[in-house]
Amino acid sequence: MLTDQTVQELERTARDLRVEILKMLNSAKSGHTGGSLSAIDVLTVLFFHKMRHDPSNPTWEDRDRFVLSKGHAAPALYACLAEAGYFSRDDLKGLRRLGSHLQGHPDMNKTPGVEVCTGSLAQGFSQAVGLALAARLRKPDSRIYCLLGDGEVQEGQVWEAAMAAAHYKLDNLCVFVDQNGLQIDGEVAKVMNVGPLGPKFLAFNWHVLEVDGHDVRAICLALADAEKTKDRPTMIIARTVKGKGVSFFEHKASYHGVPPSDTELAEALKQL
Amino acid sequence: MIATRDAYGKTLVELGRENTRIVALDADLSGSTKTAQFAKEFPERFFNAGIAEANMVGMAAGLAAGGMIPFASTFAVFAAGRAFEQIRQSVAYAKLNVKIVATHGGITVGEDGGSHQSVEDLAIMRALPHMTVLCPADGPETEAAIRAVAKYDGPVYVRLGRSKVPVVFENGCDFTIGKGHVLRDGTDLTFITTGLMTAQALEAAAILAEGGVQARVLHLGSIKPLDTDLVIKAARETGAVVTAEEHSVIGGLAGAVCEALCESHPVPVERVGLRDVFGQSGTAEELLAHYGLTPAHLVEAAQRVLQKKA
Repeated sequence: MLTDQTVQELERTARDLRVEILKMLNSAKSGHTGGSLSAIDVLTVLFFHKMRHDPSNPTWEDRDRFVLSKGHAAPALYACLAEAGYFSRDDLKGLRRLGSHLQGHPDMNKTPGVEVCTGSLAQGFSQAVGLALAARLRKPDSRIYCLLGDGEVQEGQVWEAAMAAAHYKLDNLCVFVDQNGLQIDGEVAKVMNVGPLGPKFLAFNWHVLEVDGHDVRAICLALADAEKTKDRPTMIIARTVKGKGVSFFEHKASYHGVPPSDTELAEALKQL
Repeated sequence: MIATRDAYGKTLVELGRENTRIVALDADLSGSTKTAQFAKEFPERFFNAGIAEANMVGMAAGLAAGGMIPFASTFAVFAAGRAFEQIRQSVAYAKLNVKIVATHGGITVGEDGGSHQSVEDLAIMRALPHMTVLCPADGPETEAAIRAVAKYDGPVYVRLGRSKVPVVFENGCDFTIGKGHVLRDGTDLTFITTGLMTAQALEAAAILAEGGVQARVLHLGSIKPLDTDLVIKAARETGAVVTAEEHSVIGGLAGAVCEALCESHPVPVERVGLRDVFGQSGTAEELLAHYGLTPAHLVEAAQRVLQKKA
């Protein structure tokens, strides 16, 4: 049952995690602000509502697994992992620093809770398909979740993976597209239009849902729908706002790979 | 005579029977790479990626992260070429337990021509941190190598061929990753070889012996890690080296041997291989002759290196 209280708690968690993301990016003085803020509501629901996982035992065999295919949104993932207890919140200050276990992009061999190495776009999606195949063979109850960026969908490998997941009827796989409409060089629609996304994945024989990617309740309901779907993987297209939550970051491609300055951080924390 | 890919197909099926964690992937070439036999016996553990090598490697990485032992196969030119970045990022960087077993390596693919002949895959794979690079000489060594990599936990690239090759290891092969084999002793020079060139070097050594030249033959089925001890010992004891590979002379076996010798015990070296060129259509035998990879060419290289040694 999805109660109002649960929804409110998740919303509060997502707000806290936005603060953590901005602080860690400010401390690192580099990294991806816009795409971390657009994705955090989806990640919050996955890590604190949906997925079975055990931060005290990161390699628990029966866990569900999350793959951040858009690996540059690592700050959003690290914020969730710290909040869940995989490592200390203090560690977030080490983001992108020499010797830190928090690399610029997710590294399974350095960070507890990170399932695979991502950062080169589209590769995480194929790995999620492989994880879903492995789960079917070994752990049929385990589910695999993955998050793509909408710019990432321009990579041909995304469509190879989409074909394979549908071909192998991977109903234990649920993938999100974080559709914030912006990439480094500008609007996705102008750089290389990927739309309409829903009909494309539908044509590949996916179960396709569309939600407001900042509506925690809607995300929860879509995930419940995905879990009930048989013989097909589910694609949840999450309409999001790049830089969501901080007025001067929202809808700006220029904040794709730029961290907040000290002044911007102070102003942003007031808004949150 | 047996093709190394045939030995691979047979061994993979045996491993599949012994270990349910073994899975196989292919990219629409299972008849050629010989994973089809595994697919037939273990359909639930075989995944055809279709003509999509990048995704095949990614799926293999995911399967490994999920606790399986994936063997992913396609032609060497597509594995090391088209899926290079996937092998780099999803497999090698992640240090995942994925075995890339690439068939149709080198120029003996033959008639399909230069587009399908890999002359640079060993160099590309050798440059990747964490990657183990193997190139067996014959059927028995392939069988032993595939068994060794199934036990080894980490990324491996195994290069196999299309054509039937002579058996070098008649009494079977004791394969250890990182270890070479001295197949013939000699004091005047050493042939350091890999893949099908080892059989050619044994023939060349026999020809040289008739003229009173004693050539050692050191076969390296493991190019990375390299058996540096055995390579340096050969250089020290024979004073001259001829490398031979069905690959560019740049970056593969010759590169590995020369790097090791430069650092520890420099001696004259002649490199036999493709001289910075792509291949072309022809029969395997014609191509070996055209690109200078026959026993006669190895004899000439030996004579050249002996002059340098003096």
